Amino acid sequence: MSTPAPAVDMSVDIGGVRLPSPMMTASGCAANGREIHRFIDITALGAFVTKSVKLDPVSGRGTPRMAETPSGMLNSIGLQGPGVRAFVEKDLAWLHSIGARVIVSIAGNTASEFARVARTIVRSRYASAVAALEVNISCPNVANRGLVFACDPAGAHKVLTLVREEVPRGLPMVAKLSPDVTDIVEIADVVLRAGAHGLTMINTTLGVAIDTDRLRPHLVAATGGLSGPAIRPTAVRAIWQVAGAMREGRIRAAPIVGVGGVRHGTDALELVAAGATAIQVGTAAFNDPSAPHRVGVELEQLVADRGFERLADVVGIAHERFTA
Amino acid sequence: MTRTIAAREGAGVVQLEAEVIGNVAAGSYRHLTLVTPGLAELARPGQFVALSVGDGTSSMLLRRSFSIHKVSPAGTYGGTTEIVVAAHGAGTRLLTALEPGESVGVIGPLGRGFPLPAQPVPCVLVGGGYGSAPLFWLAEQLRERGCAVEMVLGAASADRLFGVVEARRVGDGVTVTTDDGSVGVRGWVSDVVPDLIESTGAAVVYGCGPMGMLRSLSAIADEHGIVAQVAVEEAMACGIGVCMTCVMPVRDESGTTSMVRSCLDGPVFRGDRVRWEAFEDGYCRVPEDAVGAPTVVR
Repeated sequence: MSTPAPAVDMSVDIGGVRLPSPMMTASGCAANGREIHRFIDITALGAFVTKSVKLDPVSGRGTPRMAETPSGMLNSIGLQGPGVRAFVEKDLAWLHSIGARVIVSIAGNTASEFARVARTIVRSRYASAVAALEVNISCPNVANRGLVFACDPAGAHKVLTLVREEVPRGLPMVAKLSPDVTDIVEIADVVLRAGAHGLTMINTTLGVAIDTDRLRPHLVAATGGLSGPAIRPTAVRAIWQVAGAMREGRIRAAPIVGVGGVRHGTDALELVAAGATAIQVGTAAFNDPSAPHRVGVELEQLVADRGFERLADVVGIAHERFTA
Repeated sequence: MTRTIAAREGAGVVQLEAEVIGNVAAGSYRHLTLVTPGLAELARPGQFVALSVGDGTSSMLLRRSFSIHKVSPAGTYGGTTEIVVAAHGAGTRLLTALEPGESVGVIGPLGRGFPLPAQPVPCVLVGGGYGSAPLFWLAEQLRERGCAVEMVLGAASADRLFGVVEARRVGDGVTVTTDDGSVGVRGWVSDVVPDLIESTGAAVVYGCGPMGMLRSLSAIADEHGIVAQVAVEEAMACGIGVCMTCVMPVRDESGTTSMVRSCLDGPVFRGDRVRWEAFEDGYCRVPEDAVGAPTVVR
């Protein structure tokens, strides 16, 4: 049985950078490429999104740093990584060598540390592989809870402002937002005003699991970030709210990269219809390493089945068809 | 029913929907045989497979990892892989209930297996519970290299032992221990291993089982000035090196401690490289001298 290839234009524009596919890995869910490249060709993705890189090496937290939850998981990895210099020489060099389009996720303890990480990336000899920077102002697993910049408009603004000074013209800067805020539209507005060219929504949402044998928190850090299909409605809600604000002209329009609980093509289509231009696959890759590729194939078929010739024509369509 | 999902050339790993062709009781455990073309040819003793629980709609997202008991590259069904599963929680209960004809998502072979000695030296192989699963295949390979193989199987009780009959086939000597004395020597494997090392002049101890057992095997090996090669158990979400959940503090050759992924750098480690003192009461803390460890504020 052969299915005719759907003729859908799946290309997307992220802040002026054209990607042939909307599909991306999600930061922290595909390491820095080598491991998942054993299962899928990551150069065929729209972009490969790296694990967040900080200035210095980070050991991450002790274990247990993971707990399975209904249709999801909690993690408190703590941004383990080799530091930006080792990242550039080893990981970015490799991604460059295979021809991947890379979105480098950057993080820092201070706004100026974000900027130093960005500077090291964009000035590196492998910068031509970098399609965009994703500014992770929303990781809940840093040592100091007060460092979740995405929950603090002033902090978020400062990070984006300082990173922007390091980013050359033509290199988009995408801010990754947390759903754990009172009004995500306000944070979206702040980072867009600070110069972000796009938004990634959403990061994990904070949770706790209790070990019912030991009657204590399961994670050594107590709290962790919840991910997986369990958070998909939260992601769709965040995208819906922010895309809605953009459509109404309340905040500046910018591409939204949707992430949160995408496991199948229909999940991706939900996020697209709510307003996402591109799609990241995160926790689902732990179950199925081929998911970042597979979901794209499924999404293309679903878009074709619904009579569209361009994915872009489906972006945010649920707002047009909502008649309450 | 078996279907290959991903098998990139030279990747050394395959992703399959594998047909189950056998599921038989083995004491308290289930012994599963899976049709896994392409996997058996790549696998080495000590490596593992990661199984998905249910289909693409399952609420249990994380794979469960099991050491490979044995592989058969060319049987009636093509390549097969055998594993031993204990029903601990909801996920493993579903896996132990798989019936022949059903399929299960399999990725493997994963991790680094047991290093084999270059010389034909005596070896002691120690398995705790169903942790013994990969040792029989290892024993065969060691004996093919001329190594004398002494096997020790330990468990809480007789029904929690795995492979006693098979051990008698592949080992030069077999010692069984149970905590309750229901069979063999009453006590722990660590009670009998020192004497076996001395009587056989063993140069290597291989271990697979609970972390506490591996820790004591590593200490015993140190006391005897020999090497322990232990296959560790850490909670893994993916098994393939992308999630960073299964890390442990391990020293490298130069003595530098890093939080390394047990799925990629292990599951087999030299016992003297593992920072066992970091493990306590179900937690593993990051040693203060580990690379990138949090700065301690005093």
